[in-house]
Amino acid sequence: MGNSTFYNEVLTDHNMHPLHKHDLENPDYVLEGVNPSCGDEISLQLKVEDGVIKGGSFVGDGCAISQASADIMIDLILGKTVEEALSMADSFLRMIKGEATEEEIESLEEAGALEDISHMPARVKCAVLGWHTLKEILEKECGKQ
Amino acid sequence: MDTQTRIAKVDRLRADFPLLGEWDLAYLDNAATTQKPVQVLEAVKHYYEAENANPLRGVYALSELATERYEEARALTAELLGAARPEEIVFTRNATESLNLLAYSYGSAHLKEGDEVIVSALEHHSNFLPWKAAAERAGAKLIQLPCTPEGELTAEALSKVLSERTKIVAMTQVSNVMGRKNDLRPLIDMAHAAGAVTVVDGAQSVPHMQVNVRELDTDFLVFSGHKMMAPMGIGALYGKYELLDAMPPFLTGGEMIETVHWDRIRYAQVPTRFEAGTVNAGGAVGLGAAIRYIRDEVGFDFIEAQESALVKIVMDGLSQMEGITVIGSQKAEDHKGIVTFMVDDVHPHDVASILSTEKVAIRAGHHCAQPLMDFLGVKSTCRVSFAFYNTEEEAEAFLRALGKVRGLMGYGK
Ligand SMILES: Cc1ncc(COP(=O)(O)O)c(C=O)c1O
Repeated sequence: MGNSTFYNEVLTDHNMHPLHKHDLENPDYVLEGVNPSCGDEISLQLKVEDGVIKGGSFVGDGCAISQASADIMIDLILGKTVEEALSMADSFLRMIKGEATEEEIESLEEAGALEDISHMPARVKCAVLGWHTLKEILEKECGKQ
Repeated sequence: MDTQTRIAKVDRLRADFPLLGEWDLAYLDNAATTQKPVQVLEAVKHYYEAENANPLRGVYALSELATERYEEARALTAELLGAARPEEIVFTRNATESLNLLAYSYGSAHLKEGDEVIVSALEHHSNFLPWKAAAERAGAKLIQLPCTPEGELTAEALSKVLSERTKIVAMTQVSNVMGRKNDLRPLIDMAHAAGAVTVVDGAQSVPHMQVNVRELDTDFLVFSGHKMMAPMGIGALYGKYELLDAMPPFLTGGEMIETVHWDRIRYAQVPTRFEAGTVNAGGAVGLGAAIRYIRDEVGFDFIEAQESALVKIVMDGLSQMEGITVIGSQKAEDHKGIVTFMVDDVHPHDVASILSTEKVAIRAGHHCAQPLMDFLGVKSTCRVSFAFYNTEEEAEAFLRALGKVRGLMGYGK
């Protein structure tokens, strides 16, 4: 596996020019995620109305994989229902374990660009940090309904 | 030694390391652990094939042979460090266990409320957390000895924190981050004059230079075998005999006693008192073989010459590269085989992952020295660390791979 597939343009673009790396006004949820092995930290912020993700952002500090993955994730889940977002989180986590189907990876759109990280066990935690944090928030939201 | 002879010797020695032949990789994470020469691997194999029994227990010939091999390793370790007698060497699993042994045993016997323990800012977590816990148990205070921005521990800095309340001063001889060799003798003399004992972390010095505990006059010194060609799971604690002799046991159980009755226990003499349970005889034999290998086949003069040549290549290369910051001293001669650096805009783990795809292994992270990272005001860094078997080509390959990193991450285009 060469660099061209691993640190690809999708990843480096989202790392250098994140779309959603800022604070959100009046978020419904704020949750910190930490990956002690790299020292990655993100604070994920969400607005959820009537079961739909209306706003999302993150702030944090860490490696390119953790930061780009969180940015791509937010791009993907904005406007989705909580159930859709949860199912995407499951697909993403399966992809990183190397267990997702072609269709699943396709449904993850840009997040599919992180597929190759499944070959780098030491970096898996970076890629899933945002998604794990998201899952934790959404499971709380589901519990509420 | 001229350059030609040195290069020829590296080529010859590399053939002793089976792993180096298995992997198409520049292995530059030797401060984490080194590879093992066939002389060590064979010695361990031979011990288990031909000499194994539980040492120190049986009275039959095979057990006596195992005991002899184990004690031979202790004598070799004592000789390596210039200890006055083999009994001053206690075998442990690694530097971490040696430091915990000290903090529990010496710490619990000698620390009282109001006492102070000085630990330098350079320390690995292994020479920080055991002292922090020991101080907390005793109600003593933990005090930081700052280092200079170049990573040096100075007598001047020590004089500001040392007092008659100081009971223990724990310092590293070579920092696993800064790579700088500390001239500890003046600091050790000062600590003694104040009535404190000294603990030297030799994990990064013992493998790379001739360390002599009597010239240093330190009370205690620790190191790990696996960072100097020996197997994992064997390390040592050196202590001055009178100090060890006055210390209570750390772990209790089999082997470390003279007599045990329900209401009366006599602990064994030093060093057996500190080696509870069945010992790692195979590991000790491996350490003995590693010490012999370094002494007879390699030599510290050669180790220092080769490692400084590699550091020089890397420091020169880094100084010419855009967007690189070297931590600590900017002078090559101040780095004992270790260079820690950062790449602008790129997280150290991304640097290490990219280098990995370029077949170069380096370390990224906080290097188990988070208080030092705080002290330096950084979160994590990249580190290259050499062993004598590394080549000039590997140092160049590292520089070439590093030169690609910012571009691959989309910077500086
Ligand atoms: C300076 C220093 N001290 C202590 C240690 C701990 O060594 P070990 O993990 O072998 O106990 C290390 C190595 O990681 C080190 O570099």
